[in-house]
Amino acid sequence: MAYKLNVNGQTHTVDVPAEMPLLWALRDVLDLKGTKYGCGVAQCGACTVHLDGVPQRACVTPVGTVGAKKVTTIEGLSSEGTHPVQVAWAEIDVPQCGYCQAGQMMSAAALLAKTPKPTDKDIDTAMNGNLCRCGTYLRVRAAIHKASELATSASAKTVQVAGKE
Amino acid sequence: MKKMMIDRRSFLQVGLKVSALAGGGVMFGLQIPNVVAQGRGGAPQTPLNVHNFITVAADGIVTIVAKNPETGQGVKNMLPMMIADELDVDWKNVRVEQADFDDTKYNAQSAGGSTATPNNWIPMRQVGAAGRAMFVAAAAKQWNVPASELTTGSGRVTHKASGKSIGYGELASTVAGMPTPDLATLKMKDPADYKIIGHNQPTYDIKKIVTGKPLFGIDVTTPGMLNAVFQKCPVFGGKVVSANIDEIKKMAGVKQVLVIERPRLTEAVVPRDPGCENGIAILAETWWHAEAARKKLQVKWDFGPNETQSSADQAVKAAEMLKAAPQWNVRNDGDADGALKSAAKVVEATYSYPHISHATLEPQNCTAIYKDGKVELWTNSQTPQGGRQLVAETLGIPARDVKMHMTRAGGGFGRRLTNDYMAEAAYIAKQAGVPVKLVWSREDDMTHDYYRPGGWQKLTAGVDANGKLVGWKNHFVSWGDTASKAFAQSAAFGPAEFPQRFVPNYKLDASVQRLGIKTGALRAPSSNAFAFVIQSFIDEVAIAAGKDPVAFRLELLDAGGPPAGPDGRPVPGMNAERMKGVVKLVAEKSGWGKKLPKGTGMGIGFHFSHQGYFAQVAEVTVSAGNKLKINKIWVAGDIGSQIINASGAENITHGAMIDGLSEMMSQEITIDKGAVVQKNYDKHGMVRISQAPGAIEIHWLKSNNNPTGLGEPALPPVLPAVANAIFAASGKRVRQLPISKDGFSWA
Repeated sequence: MAYKLNVNGQTHTVDVPAEMPLLWALRDVLDLKGTKYGCGVAQCGACTVHLDGVPQRACVTPVGTVGAKKVTTIEGLSSEGTHPVQVAWAEIDVPQCGYCQAGQMMSAAALLAKTPKPTDKDIDTAMNGNLCRCGTYLRVRAAIHKASELATSASAKTVQVAGKE
Repeated sequence: MKKMMIDRRSFLQVGLKVSALAGGGVMFGLQIPNVVAQGRGGAPQTPLNVHNFITVAADGIVTIVAKNPETGQGVKNMLPMMIADELDVDWKNVRVEQADFDDTKYNAQSAGGSTATPNNWIPMRQVGAAGRAMFVAAAAKQWNVPASELTTGSGRVTHKASGKSIGYGELASTVAGMPTPDLATLKMKDPADYKIIGHNQPTYDIKKIVTGKPLFGIDVTTPGMLNAVFQKCPVFGGKVVSANIDEIKKMAGVKQVLVIERPRLTEAVVPRDPGCENGIAILAETWWHAEAARKKLQVKWDFGPNETQSSADQAVKAAEMLKAAPQWNVRNDGDADGALKSAAKVVEATYSYPHISHATLEPQNCTAIYKDGKVELWTNSQTPQGGRQLVAETLGIPARDVKMHMTRAGGGFGRRLTNDYMAEAAYIAKQAGVPVKLVWSREDDMTHDYYRPGGWQKLTAGVDANGKLVGWKNHFVSWGDTASKAFAQSAAFGPAEFPQRFVPNYKLDASVQRLGIKTGALRAPSSNAFAFVIQSFIDEVAIAAGKDPVAFRLELLDAGGPPAGPDGRPVPGMNAERMKGVVKLVAEKSGWGKKLPKGTGMGIGFHFSHQGYFAQVAEVTVSAGNKLKINKIWVAGDIGSQIINASGAENITHGAMIDGLSEMMSQEITIDKGAVVQKNYDKHGMVRISQAPGAIEIHWLKSNNNPTGLGEPALPPVLPAVANAIFAASGKRVRQLPISKDGFSWA
């Protein structure tokens, strides 16, 4: 069955069964590989995307339930890495393997949209569904504070790292 | 002829040992399977060619090849940093390119055993220094001046006397035709002149990671590719009898269904990497179509001889073995039984730890194209060389016809030292006749791992009237084959494990039972369990001796001579002075001995592994109902003269602490009716952000030794540090992992 999905501001038509999780429509049909598969049962948060700005686990969100909601993936947070969360993640150098980080950043962006100046406790509550197998949690906390600073001081800038692309 | 063959083999074995030693020690040569894996079908070590690593464009942009697999340990930064610093270029002008697998160009390409730093510290800097020498020689020729009058910096060669200066880019075409100078003759930088080594260089792929670009093995796509799932027999060694294959073939999106049957293994001890198992592969348009079809799969299995095993029965048998006489003696120094008889005080305790899974967040996967007797693979293996050999054997083709691209891995932790998923993808692609991306589900991943083997240790120690350790006995109950005295993979106990040689009377005995699941190396193999056992028990002995745990450890470290092999000659074992250094440092930085509120306590642990010296102090609070909070962890580490990438080193050390805490609290794999019970993160948990320590403070003790690895040796001491802190805070001694079994949970 064909479904219209609004992903990162663009409308796509996907011809898939209603029960196919949004994760696999994104990855295998729309070829957006940034959203990751980790557990398939909403335990790890690697597949976190936004539906109308609200963080959701794409691995347990059937395509048939998305409707007209706007889907934002890591690719849509900003394609050039200019979103304060992306800038902060690069400045704090959060990742080790990096596999969970798209999900971490999507959860962090949703937190900051609702709570621009979160406390450590706010962070721990909002981020508790995102596992990091490498254990980067201390830097996740630091990066969210940094992103909060960047967003509120409106000084977000493009990530400047040598050798990209 | 026969004699010559034997001689040649023994020569090769010696060669392997020597090269392991040259890389920094026989110890890890014995402990780390990837060294063995590299020996399988590996090319001989050849002199490195600068042109395989460094390319400078006319505009001065320098491309450096990163040869090793990047699993999150930061090696894609670190090895190019070594080259770039000696090449004398600015890091901002460096582009790093991930190598494909090609051991004729790069020699060893692996990620395991914390070996990247010690094995590459000299050769990678030599490659950079050789490149620099080539640019200097090119400029000397162009200007007709002696090379000795030239200096370099920021990718330029300068002749001070004449004021001439030229960029590497302008010399690149000349250098491209020059041979690599003899690496051994090169002068390398004074460490005081490092501009890249020893500084923070953020994760090279950071922009791709934060913008969600395809980067990992699971992100690979190739034209005409089908997505595959592979339902293996839940019991290791089983095989398919029959299945509803016709029904599955009709399901939406399904293109092919294949029964995979491989020879049955009959060894008493499960081999290191048995490779492709038996089962049913489903190939479909998308991975989800394949997975949805798998949920309808009904298979009649022949489970084979492992069907009857269960962890519960094995625990009962282990308890019997602990009471019985040991099956064999591994090491006997002095007279441990006699020393314990005459000791002023004797302490006895039994410790245990379970099997655990690696649970890399990116599940195992591999993409394969098989055509005309050759296979091309995209893999995130930690040992591509071993993988190549396994694939070649599986497909019955020569190793040279296995081509491998290396992708970033979503975590390694030792899981990808074995290459079963690679063999499976290659085999399925060959059977299917189309390109295949095989992705394991989380359930596949957790139930078909090479688990860290669990074990039991019954320890007895005696102290004299002065509180000095005089005797130590350990009955190690593990897995393997009694008749051949062979341990299962990663289930052995090294005969030089601390406190051997620090106590005059030391006895290590072993008993084993058969285990019918795969086992293997998990980050800091054996150390991740042994440090918990040994350093917790040492605390028990210190307390029985009426001594402070730090003071007791320092006295104990004073009691051993330098490490020596059976012939009395020095071997690269633990240097007690270096270990004392980190113990003293961590005690000082943590304020060891300070007064703490009721319910809060500090504990210490130290451990030597992978040539690294680490000591940690944990401060924890235990509240009502055994709720545990980790307030802070102090880390002191001595891994030589340089911390090559400070940002990466800090991050990896944070991770090692948190990884250790996950192992401690909540991870356990059990078997029932031959199959693994835990299938996802809800049953084999890891630390979440709210449970992470409030702070981790790291101190590096820079010593006059070549730099060594970090990813593994940082981990082991955190478990006993926390266990000993729990005792200090609550009076409760934890002797089994995970501690959730004793009613502990995160506050």
